[in-house]
Amino acid sequence: MTLQTMLTTLASGMLKSIMIYALTLLGSLPLGMLVAFGRMSKCAPLRLIIKFYISVMRGTPLMLQLMVVFFGPYYLFKLNLGSDYRFMAVIIGFVINYAAYFAEIYRGGIESIPVGQREAAQVLGYSRASAFLRVILPQVIKRIIPAVTNEMITLVKDTSLAFAISYSEMFTMAKKIASSQATLLPFVVAGVFYYIFNFAVAYGMERLEKRLSYYR
Amino acid sequence: MDGGSRKPYETDGYAVMNLLEMNGIKKAFGGLSVLEDISISVSEGEVVAIIGPSGSGKSTLLRCATLLETIDSGDISYLGKAAARTEGNGVVYAEPAELKQIRGYFGLVFQSFNLFPHFSVLKNLIDAPIKVQKREKAEAVEEAMALLRKMGIEDKKDAYPCQLSGGQQQRVAIARALALKPKILFFDEPTSALDPELTGEVLKVIRRLAEERMTMVIVTHEMGFARAVADRVVFMDGGHIIEQGDPKEIIDNPRHERTRAFLRKLER
Repeated sequence: MTLQTMLTTLASGMLKSIMIYALTLLGSLPLGMLVAFGRMSKCAPLRLIIKFYISVMRGTPLMLQLMVVFFGPYYLFKLNLGSDYRFMAVIIGFVINYAAYFAEIYRGGIESIPVGQREAAQVLGYSRASAFLRVILPQVIKRIIPAVTNEMITLVKDTSLAFAISYSEMFTMAKKIASSQATLLPFVVAGVFYYIFNFAVAYGMERLEKRLSYYR
Repeated sequence: MDGGSRKPYETDGYAVMNLLEMNGIKKAFGGLSVLEDISISVSEGEVVAIIGPSGSGKSTLLRCATLLETIDSGDISYLGKAAARTEGNGVVYAEPAELKQIRGYFGLVFQSFNLFPHFSVLKNLIDAPIKVQKREKAEAVEEAMALLRKMGIEDKKDAYPCQLSGGQQQRVAIARALALKPKILFFDEPTSALDPELTGEVLKVIRRLAEERMTMVIVTHEMGFARAVADRVVFMDGGHIIEQGDPKEIIDNPRHERTRAFLRKLER
Protein backbone atom coordinates (compact mmCIF):
# COMPACT_ATOMS: atom_id res chain seq x y z
CA MET A 1 0.00 0.00 0.00
CA THR A 2 1.44 3.32 -0.97
CA LEU A 3 1.46 6.21 1.42
CA GLN A 4 -0.95 7.99 -0.84
CA THR A 5 -3.61 5.27 -0.80
CA MET A 6 -3.18 5.03 2.95
CA LEU A 7 -3.77 8.74 3.33
CA THR A 8 -6.72 8.68 0.93
CA THR A 9 -8.31 5.88 2.92
CA LEU A 10 -7.69 7.70 6.18
CA ALA A 11 -9.04 10.91 4.67
CA SER A 12 -12.35 9.25 3.87
CA GLY A 13 -12.43 8.10 7.49
CA MET A 14 -11.74 11.65 8.66
CA LEU A 15 -14.67 12.89 6.66
CA LYS A 16 -16.90 10.39 8.39
CA SER A 17 -15.52 11.37 11.80
CA ILE A 18 -16.28 15.00 11.01
CA MET A 19 -19.78 13.97 9.93
CA ILE A 20 -20.39 12.19 13.23
CA TYR A 21 -19.06 15.19 15.08
CA ALA A 22 -21.19 17.76 13.27
CA LEU A 23 -24.41 15.75 13.34
CA THR A 24 -23.94 14.89 17.01
CA LEU A 25 -23.61 18.55 17.94
CA LEU A 26 -26.48 19.50 15.66
CA GLY A 27 -28.72 17.01 17.44
CA SER A 28 -27.47 17.06 21.01
CA LEU A 29 -27.06 20.81 21.60
CA PRO A 30 -30.80 21.51 21.07
CA LEU A 31 -31.97 18.16 22.47
CA GLY A 32 -29.96 18.87 25.61
CA MET A 33 -32.04 22.03 26.13
CA LEU A 34 -35.26 20.02 25.98
CA VAL A 35 -33.80 17.48 28.39
CA ALA A 36 -32.76 20.29 30.73
CA PHE A 37 -36.30 21.67 30.69
CA GLY A 38 -37.62 18.21 31.51
CA ARG A 39 -35.09 17.88 34.31
CA MET A 40 -36.33 21.19 35.79
CA SER A 41 -40.00 20.53 35.07
CA LYS A 42 -42.66 21.09 37.71
CA CYS A 43 -44.10 17.68 36.75
CA ALA A 44 -42.47 15.21 39.14
CA PRO A 45 -42.85 12.02 37.03
CA LEU A 46 -41.25 13.72 34.00
CA ARG A 47 -38.45 15.02 36.18
CA LEU A 48 -37.81 11.51 37.53
CA ILE A 49 -37.80 9.93 34.08
CA ILE A 50 -35.32 12.51 32.82
CA LYS A 51 -33.17 12.08 35.90
CA PHE A 52 -33.07 8.33 35.29
CA TYR A 53 -32.24 8.86 31.61
CA ILE A 54 -29.37 11.18 32.47
CA SER A 55 -28.00 8.80 35.08
CA VAL A 56 -28.03 5.89 32.61
CA MET A 57 -26.38 7.96 29.88
CA ARG A 58 -23.66 9.17 32.21
CA GLY A 59 -23.35 5.93 34.15
CA THR A 60 -22.71 3.45 31.35
CA PRO A 61 -20.00 3.38 28.68
CA LEU A 62 -20.83 5.20 25.46
CA MET A 63 -19.41 2.20 23.59
CA LEU A 64 -22.00 -0.04 25.22
CA GLN A 65 -24.76 2.46 24.42
CA LEU A 66 -23.75 2.43 20.76
CA MET A 67 -23.97 -1.35 20.75
CA VAL A 68 -27.41 -1.29 22.36
CA VAL A 69 -28.68 1.25 19.83
CA PHE A 70 -27.24 -0.74 16.92
CA PHE A 71 -28.02 -4.32 17.93
CA GLY A 72 -30.99 -3.65 20.22
CA PRO A 73 -33.70 -3.28 17.56
CA TYR A 74 -32.79 -6.65 16.09
CA TYR A 75 -32.29 -8.62 19.30
CA LEU A 76 -35.22 -7.10 21.14
CA PHE A 77 -37.79 -6.63 18.38
CA LYS A 78 -36.42 -8.67 15.49
CA LEU A 79 -36.31 -5.51 13.44
CA ASN A 80 -34.09 -5.48 10.39
CA LEU A 81 -33.18 -1.91 9.74
CA GLY A 82 -30.93 -2.37 6.74
CA SER A 83 -27.34 -1.40 6.08
CA ASP A 84 -27.85 2.35 6.45
CA TYR A 85 -28.78 1.85 10.04
CA ARG A 86 -25.17 1.50 11.15
CA PHE A 87 -24.52 5.18 10.59
CA MET A 88 -27.94 6.10 12.02
CA ALA A 89 -27.13 4.08 15.13
CA VAL A 90 -23.84 5.94 15.59
CA ILE A 91 -25.59 9.31 15.39
CA ILE A 92 -28.52 8.31 17.62
CA GLY A 93 -26.14 6.85 20.21
CA PHE A 94 -23.94 9.93 20.28
CA VAL A 95 -26.82 12.40 20.29
CA ILE A 96 -28.70 10.85 23.21
CA ASN A 97 -25.49 10.46 25.17
CA TYR A 98 -24.22 14.00 24.65
CA ALA A 99 -27.68 15.51 25.12
CA ALA A 100 -27.58 14.17 28.69
CA TYR A 101 -24.27 15.88 29.41
CA PHE A 102 -25.30 19.13 27.73
CA ALA A 103 -28.59 19.08 29.64
CA GLU A 104 -26.78 19.10 32.95
CA ILE A 105 -24.52 21.91 31.78
CA TYR A 106 -27.54 23.94 30.66
CA ARG A 107 -29.34 23.30 33.92
CA GLY A 108 -26.33 24.45 35.92
CA GLY A 109 -26.13 27.56 33.74
CA ILE A 110 -29.81 28.39 33.97
CA GLU A 111 -29.89 27.90 37.73
CA SER A 112 -26.84 30.12 38.15
CA ILE A 113 -28.62 33.18 36.73
CA PRO A 114 -29.87 35.35 39.61
CA VAL A 115 -33.63 35.03 40.05
CA GLY A 116 -33.83 38.83 39.91
CA GLN A 117 -33.20 38.69 36.17
CA ARG A 118 -36.34 36.66 35.59
CA GLU A 119 -38.30 38.83 38.00
CA ALA A 120 -37.18 42.02 36.29
CA ALA A 121 -38.22 40.58 32.92
CA GLN A 122 -41.58 39.52 34.33
CA VAL A 123 -42.32 42.94 35.79
CA LEU A 124 -41.31 44.55 32.49
CA GLY A 125 -43.98 42.44 30.83
CA TYR A 126 -41.89 39.89 28.93
CA SER A 127 -43.67 36.60 28.35
CA ARG A 128 -42.01 33.57 29.89
CA ALA A 129 -40.67 32.51 26.50
CA SER A 130 -39.24 35.87 25.53
CA ALA A 131 -37.81 36.39 29.03
CA PHE A 132 -35.95 33.13 28.56
CA LEU A 133 -34.81 33.83 25.00
CA ARG A 134 -33.89 37.50 25.40
CA VAL A 135 -32.74 37.76 29.00
CA ILE A 136 -31.79 34.38 30.43
CA LEU A 137 -30.39 32.34 27.53
CA PRO A 138 -27.76 34.86 26.34
CA GLN A 139 -26.34 35.00 29.85
CA VAL A 140 -26.48 31.22 30.17
CA ILE A 141 -24.54 30.77 26.92
CA LYS A 142 -21.77 33.03 28.14
CA ARG A 143 -21.49 31.15 31.42
CA ILE A 144 -21.49 27.63 30.01
CA ILE A 145 -18.98 28.10 27.20
CA PRO A 146 -16.01 26.65 29.13
CA ALA A 147 -18.01 23.56 30.12
CA VAL A 148 -19.45 23.12 26.62
CA THR A 149 -15.96 23.47 25.13
CA ASN A 150 -14.82 20.60 27.33
CA GLU A 151 -17.59 18.38 26.00
CA MET A 152 -16.94 19.42 22.42
CA ILE A 153 -13.30 18.46 22.77
CA THR A 154 -14.15 15.14 24.37
CA LEU A 155 -16.59 14.47 21.54
CA VAL A 156 -13.83 14.80 18.93
CA LYS A 157 -11.99 11.93 20.58
CA ASP A 158 -15.17 10.01 21.36
CA THR A 159 -16.03 9.76 17.66
CA SER A 160 -13.45 6.95 17.57
CA LEU A 161 -15.80 4.86 19.70
CA ALA A 162 -17.90 4.27 16.59
CA PHE A 163 -15.43 1.47 15.87
CA ALA A 164 -17.41 -0.56 18.45
CA ILE A 165 -20.08 -1.12 15.81
CA SER A 166 -17.57 -1.21 12.95
CA TYR A 167 -18.52 2.11 11.45
CA SER A 168 -15.67 3.10 9.16
CA GLU A 169 -14.72 6.40 10.75
CA MET A 170 -11.15 7.57 11.01
CA PHE A 171 -9.95 5.41 13.87
CA THR A 172 -11.57 2.22 12.57
CA MET A 173 -9.75 2.74 9.27
CA ALA A 174 -6.45 3.45 11.02
CA LYS A 175 -6.70 0.22 12.97
CA LYS A 176 -7.51 -1.80 9.84
CA ILE A 177 -4.55 -0.40 7.91
CA ALA A 178 -2.22 -0.76 10.89
CA SER A 179 -2.95 -4.46 11.32
CA SER A 180 -2.97 -5.33 7.61
CA GLN A 181 0.18 -3.38 6.74
CA ALA A 182 2.02 -3.91 10.03
CA THR A 183 2.77 -0.23 10.50
CA LEU A 184 2.06 2.31 13.22
CA LEU A 185 1.98 5.21 10.80
CA PRO A 186 -1.85 5.35 10.59
CA PHE A 187 -2.01 5.87 14.35
CA VAL A 188 0.42 8.75 14.06
CA VAL A 189 -1.73 10.28 11.33
CA ALA A 190 -4.83 9.68 13.48
CA GLY A 191 -3.23 11.36 16.48
CA VAL A 192 -2.24 14.39 14.44
CA PHE A 193 -5.74 14.57 12.95
CA TYR A 194 -7.49 14.54 16.34
CA TYR A 195 -5.08 17.11 17.70
CA ILE A 196 -5.57 19.54 14.82
CA PHE A 197 -9.32 19.00 14.94
CA ASN A 198 -9.40 19.86 18.64
CA PHE A 199 -7.07 22.76 18.18
CA ALA A 200 -9.59 24.24 15.73
CA VAL A 201 -12.51 23.56 18.09
CA ALA A 202 -10.72 25.16 21.03
CA TYR A 203 -9.72 28.14 18.92
CA GLY A 204 -13.28 28.71 17.71
CA MET A 205 -14.70 28.49 21.19
CA GLU A 206 -12.06 30.83 22.54
CA ARG A 207 -13.06 33.38 19.90
CA LEU A 208 -16.68 33.02 20.92
CA GLU A 209 -15.76 33.45 24.57
CA LYS A 210 -13.85 36.63 23.75
CA ARG A 211 -16.77 37.98 21.75
CA LEU A 212 -19.01 37.58 24.75
CA SER A 213 -16.56 39.10 27.20
CA TYR A 214 -17.90 42.63 26.71
CA TYR A 215 -19.92 42.28 29.90
CA ARG A 216 -19.61 40.57 33.23
CA MET B 1 -40.23 70.98 48.40
CA ASP B 2 -42.66 70.11 51.11
CA GLY B 3 -44.37 66.91 50.00
CA GLY B 4 -46.43 66.59 53.14
CA SER B 5 -48.75 69.46 52.26
CA ARG B 6 -49.94 67.82 49.06
CA LYS B 7 -53.22 66.05 49.05
CA PRO B 8 -54.10 63.12 46.85
CA TYR B 9 -56.03 64.08 43.75
CA GLU B 10 -59.50 65.28 44.43
CA THR B 11 -61.99 65.39 41.63
CA ASP B 12 -65.18 67.33 41.65
CA GLY B 13 -68.33 65.32 41.55
CA TYR B 14 -67.37 61.73 40.87
CA ALA B 15 -65.53 59.29 43.07
CA VAL B 16 -61.80 58.92 42.64
CA MET B 17 -60.82 55.50 41.49
CA ASN B 18 -57.84 54.23 43.41
CA LEU B 19 -54.89 53.37 41.23
CA LEU B 20 -54.02 50.48 43.47
CA GLU B 21 -56.30 48.73 45.86
CA MET B 22 -55.23 45.82 48.05
CA ASN B 23 -57.70 44.34 50.47
CA GLY B 24 -57.30 41.67 53.13
CA ILE B 25 -53.98 40.43 51.79
CA LYS B 26 -52.63 37.35 53.51
CA LYS B 27 -49.40 35.64 52.62
CA ALA B 28 -47.48 32.88 54.36
CA PHE B 29 -44.25 31.15 53.37
CA GLY B 30 -44.47 27.56 54.52
CA GLY B 31 -46.10 27.90 57.91
CA LEU B 32 -44.70 31.38 58.51
CA SER B 33 -47.25 34.13 58.13
CA VAL B 34 -45.67 37.23 56.58
CA LEU B 35 -48.69 39.36 55.74
CA GLU B 36 -51.72 39.22 58.01
CA ASP B 37 -54.76 40.90 56.58
CA ILE B 38 -53.16 43.95 54.98
CA SER B 39 -55.30 46.52 53.24
CA ILE B 40 -53.86 49.51 51.47
CA SER B 41 -54.88 51.75 48.63
CA VAL B 42 -52.98 54.31 46.61
CA SER B 43 -54.61 57.08 44.64
CA GLU B 44 -53.24 58.84 41.60
CA GLY B 45 -50.40 61.25 42.23
CA GLU B 46 -49.82 59.96 45.73
CA VAL B 47 -46.39 59.13 47.13
CA VAL B 48 -46.51 56.48 49.82
CA ALA B 49 -43.50 55.47 51.89
CA ILE B 50 -43.59 52.12 53.65
CA ILE B 51 -41.30 51.86 56.65
CA GLY B 52 -40.74 49.22 59.30
CA PRO B 53 -38.19 46.79 60.68
CA SER B 54 -36.77 44.08 58.45
CA GLY B 55 -39.00 41.04 58.36
CA SER B 56 -42.07 43.20 58.82
CA GLY B 57 -43.44 42.21 55.41
CA LYS B 58 -42.78 45.46 53.49
CA SER B 59 -40.95 43.83 50.62
CA THR B 60 -43.37 40.91 50.50
CA LEU B 61 -46.24 43.38 50.22
CA LEU B 62 -44.50 45.00 47.26
CA ARG B 63 -43.81 41.63 45.67
CA CYS B 64 -47.46 40.68 46.04
CA ALA B 65 -48.56 44.00 44.54
CA THR B 66 -46.25 43.49 41.56
CA LEU B 67 -47.46 39.91 41.11
CA LEU B 68 -44.04 38.40 41.81
CA GLU B 69 -45.60 36.48 44.69
CA THR B 70 -49.06 34.98 44.72
CA ILE B 71 -51.26 35.90 47.64
CA ASP B 72 -53.03 33.33 49.83
CA SER B 73 -56.08 35.46 50.34
CA GLY B 74 -57.38 38.93 49.50
CA ASP B 75 -57.98 41.13 46.48
CA ILE B 76 -55.64 43.20 44.33
CA SER B 77 -56.86 45.60 41.70
CA TYR B 78 -55.35 48.32 39.55
CA LEU B 79 -57.62 51.07 38.21
CA GLY B 80 -60.60 48.97 39.25
CA LYS B 81 -59.39 45.98 37.24
CA ALA B 82 -59.04 42.89 39.40
CA ALA B 83 -55.63 41.24 39.19
CA ALA B 84 -56.45 38.78 41.96
CA ARG B 85 -59.54 38.17 44.01
CA THR B 86 -60.66 35.74 46.65
CA GLU B 87 -63.34 33.33 45.56
CA GLY B 88 -64.53 30.79 48.08
CA ASN B 89 -61.42 29.33 49.67
CA GLY B 90 -58.92 30.31 47.04
CA VAL B 91 -57.47 33.22 45.15
CA VAL B 92 -58.21 33.56 41.46
CA TYR B 93 -55.81 35.54 39.30
CA ALA B 94 -56.97 37.26 36.14
CA GLU B 95 -56.57 35.72 32.69
CA PRO B 96 -53.06 35.98 31.19
CA ALA B 97 -54.10 38.63 28.65
CA GLU B 98 -55.63 40.74 31.38
CA LEU B 99 -52.62 40.24 33.66
CA LYS B 100 -50.39 41.39 30.85
CA GLN B 101 -52.38 44.59 30.59
CA ILE B 102 -52.31 45.07 34.36
CA ARG B 103 -48.54 44.52 34.44
CA GLY B 104 -48.31 47.50 32.11
CA TYR B 105 -49.80 49.72 34.81
CA PHE B 106 -46.94 49.35 37.24
CA GLY B 107 -43.17 49.35 37.32
CA LEU B 108 -40.78 48.09 39.96
CA VAL B 109 -37.32 49.23 40.95
CA PHE B 110 -35.39 46.54 42.76
CA GLN B 111 -32.95 46.86 45.61
CA SER B 112 -30.32 45.07 43.53
CA PHE B 113 -31.13 46.91 40.26
CA ASN B 114 -31.45 43.73 38.17
CA LEU B 115 -30.38 45.43 34.98
CA PHE B 116 -29.77 43.09 32.06
CA PRO B 117 -25.96 42.82 31.99
CA HIS B 118 -25.73 41.76 28.35
CA PHE B 119 -27.64 44.83 27.14
CA SER B 120 -26.19 48.31 26.88
CA VAL B 121 -27.83 51.03 28.96
CA LEU B 122 -29.89 52.20 26.00
CA LYS B 123 -30.95 48.66 25.10
CA ASN B 124 -32.00 48.07 28.71
CA LEU B 125 -34.38 50.99 28.26
CA ILE B 126 -35.76 50.27 24.80
CA ASP B 127 -35.98 46.49 24.67
CA ALA B 128 -39.22 46.09 26.61
CA PRO B 129 -40.97 49.06 24.93
CA ILE B 130 -40.12 47.57 21.52
CA LYS B 131 -40.59 43.87 22.27
CA VAL B 132 -43.38 44.01 24.83
CA GLN B 133 -45.28 47.16 23.93
CA LYS B 134 -44.50 46.90 20.19
CA ARG B 135 -43.51 50.53 19.93
CA GLU B 136 -41.51 52.02 17.08
CA LYS B 137 -37.78 51.81 17.65
CA ALA B 138 -37.08 55.45 16.78
CA GLU B 139 -39.73 56.62 19.19
CA ALA B 140 -38.49 54.30 21.94
CA VAL B 141 -34.93 55.53 21.49
CA GLU B 142 -36.01 59.16 21.59
CA GLU B 143 -37.95 58.66 24.80
CA ALA B 144 -35.17 56.59 26.34
CA MET B 145 -32.66 59.35 25.63
CA ALA B 146 -34.95 61.89 27.26
CA LEU B 147 -35.18 59.68 30.34
CA LEU B 148 -31.41 59.23 30.48
CA ARG B 149 -30.98 62.99 30.25
CA LYS B 150 -33.40 63.40 33.10
CA MET B 151 -31.40 60.89 35.12
CA GLY B 152 -28.20 62.75 34.24
CA ILE B 153 -26.58 59.76 32.54
CA GLU B 154 -27.15 60.30 28.83
CA ASP B 155 -23.41 59.96 28.23
CA LYS B 156 -23.66 56.38 29.49
CA LYS B 157 -26.11 55.17 26.88
CA ASP B 158 -23.60 52.82 25.22
CA ALA B 159 -22.04 51.61 28.46
CA TYR B 160 -22.82 48.23 29.96
CA PRO B 161 -24.23 47.96 33.47
CA CYS B 162 -21.00 46.47 34.82
CA GLN B 163 -19.19 49.68 33.87
CA LEU B 164 -21.45 51.86 36.01
CA SER B 165 -21.46 52.75 39.69
CA GLY B 166 -24.29 51.45 41.83
CA GLY B 167 -25.98 54.83 41.85
CA GLN B 168 -25.80 55.05 38.06
CA GLN B 169 -27.13 51.51 37.72
CA GLN B 170 -30.08 52.30 39.93
CA ARG B 171 -30.84 55.43 37.89
CA VAL B 172 -30.79 53.31 34.74
CA ALA B 173 -33.15 50.87 36.46
CA ILE B 174 -35.53 53.72 37.30
CA ALA B 175 -35.35 54.95 33.70
CA ARG B 176 -35.99 51.41 32.46
CA ALA B 177 -39.13 51.18 34.57
CA LEU B 178 -40.29 54.62 33.43
CA ALA B 179 -39.70 53.78 29.77
CA LEU B 180 -42.81 51.60 29.87
CA LYS B 181 -44.86 54.59 31.09
CA PRO B 182 -46.29 52.96 34.19
CA LYS B 183 -49.08 54.63 36.13
CA ILE B 184 -47.50 53.64 39.42
CA LEU B 185 -43.91 52.91 40.31
CA PHE B 186 -42.83 50.69 43.20
CA PHE B 187 -39.42 50.96 44.83
CA ASP B 188 -38.09 48.12 46.96
CA GLU B 189 -35.43 49.68 49.17
CA PRO B 190 -33.88 51.46 46.18
CA THR B 191 -30.84 52.73 48.07
CA SER B 192 -30.10 49.84 50.42
CA ALA B 193 -27.46 48.35 48.13
CA LEU B 194 -25.69 51.68 47.68
CA ASP B 195 -22.82 53.39 49.44
CA PRO B 196 -23.99 56.41 51.42
CA GLU B 197 -22.43 58.86 48.97
CA LEU B 198 -24.35 57.29 46.08
CA THR B 199 -27.67 57.22 47.91
CA GLY B 200 -28.20 60.94 47.44
CA GLU B 201 -28.13 60.88 43.65
CA VAL B 202 -30.83 58.21 43.55
CA LEU B 203 -33.01 59.91 46.14
CA LYS B 204 -32.72 63.15 44.18
CA VAL B 205 -34.13 61.43 41.10
CA ILE B 206 -37.04 59.95 43.06
CA ARG B 207 -37.73 63.29 44.68
CA ARG B 208 -37.94 64.87 41.27
CA LEU B 209 -40.45 62.24 40.16
CA ALA B 210 -42.50 63.06 43.26
CA GLU B 211 -42.51 66.71 42.25
CA GLU B 212 -43.86 65.66 38.88
CA ARG B 213 -46.64 63.82 40.71
CA MET B 214 -45.59 60.35 39.68
CA THR B 215 -47.56 57.87 41.77
CA MET B 216 -45.05 55.93 43.84
CA VAL B 217 -44.88 53.40 46.64
CA ILE B 218 -41.46 53.35 48.23
CA VAL B 219 -40.18 50.86 50.75
CA THR B 220 -37.33 52.66 52.43
CA HIS B 221 -35.18 53.01 55.50
CA GLU B 222 -34.39 56.65 54.73
CA MET B 223 -36.59 58.40 57.28
CA GLY B 224 -35.54 61.91 56.34
CA PHE B 225 -36.37 61.19 52.72
CA ALA B 226 -39.71 59.60 53.57
CA ARG B 227 -40.59 62.56 55.75
CA ALA B 228 -39.72 65.09 53.05
CA VAL B 229 -41.11 63.38 49.97
CA ALA B 230 -44.02 61.15 50.94
CA ASP B 231 -47.65 62.22 51.18
CA ARG B 232 -48.31 59.32 53.49
CA VAL B 233 -46.15 57.04 55.58
CA VAL B 234 -47.19 53.50 56.36
CA PHE B 235 -45.52 51.78 59.28
CA MET B 236 -45.52 47.99 59.15
CA ASP B 237 -44.48 45.48 61.77
CA GLY B 238 -45.03 41.74 62.05
CA GLY B 239 -47.14 41.55 58.91
CA HIS B 240 -49.54 44.28 60.03
CA ILE B 241 -49.95 47.93 59.22
CA ILE B 242 -49.52 49.47 62.65
CA GLU B 243 -50.27 53.04 61.69
CA GLN B 244 -50.30 55.31 58.69
CA GLY B 245 -50.79 58.96 57.96
CA ASP B 246 -49.02 62.24 57.49
CA PRO B 247 -45.25 61.68 57.44
CA LYS B 248 -44.51 64.33 60.04
CA GLU B 249 -47.16 62.96 62.38
CA ILE B 250 -45.87 59.42 62.08
CA ILE B 251 -42.16 60.11 62.14
CA ASP B 252 -42.02 63.00 64.60
CA ASN B 253 -44.95 62.05 66.73
CA PRO B 254 -45.76 58.34 66.49
CA ARG B 255 -48.77 57.17 68.43
CA HIS B 256 -47.92 53.51 68.70
CA GLU B 257 -45.28 52.08 70.95
CA ARG B 258 -43.94 49.81 68.19
CA THR B 259 -43.47 52.75 65.85
CA ARG B 260 -41.67 54.65 68.58
CA ALA B 261 -39.45 51.68 69.35
CA PHE B 262 -38.57 51.30 65.69
CA LEU B 263 -37.76 54.98 65.17
CA ARG B 264 -35.72 55.07 68.38
CA LYS B 265 -33.60 52.20 67.11
CA LEU B 266 -32.90 54.09 63.90
CA GLU B 267 -31.74 57.16 65.76
CA ARG B 268 -29.08 55.30 67.65
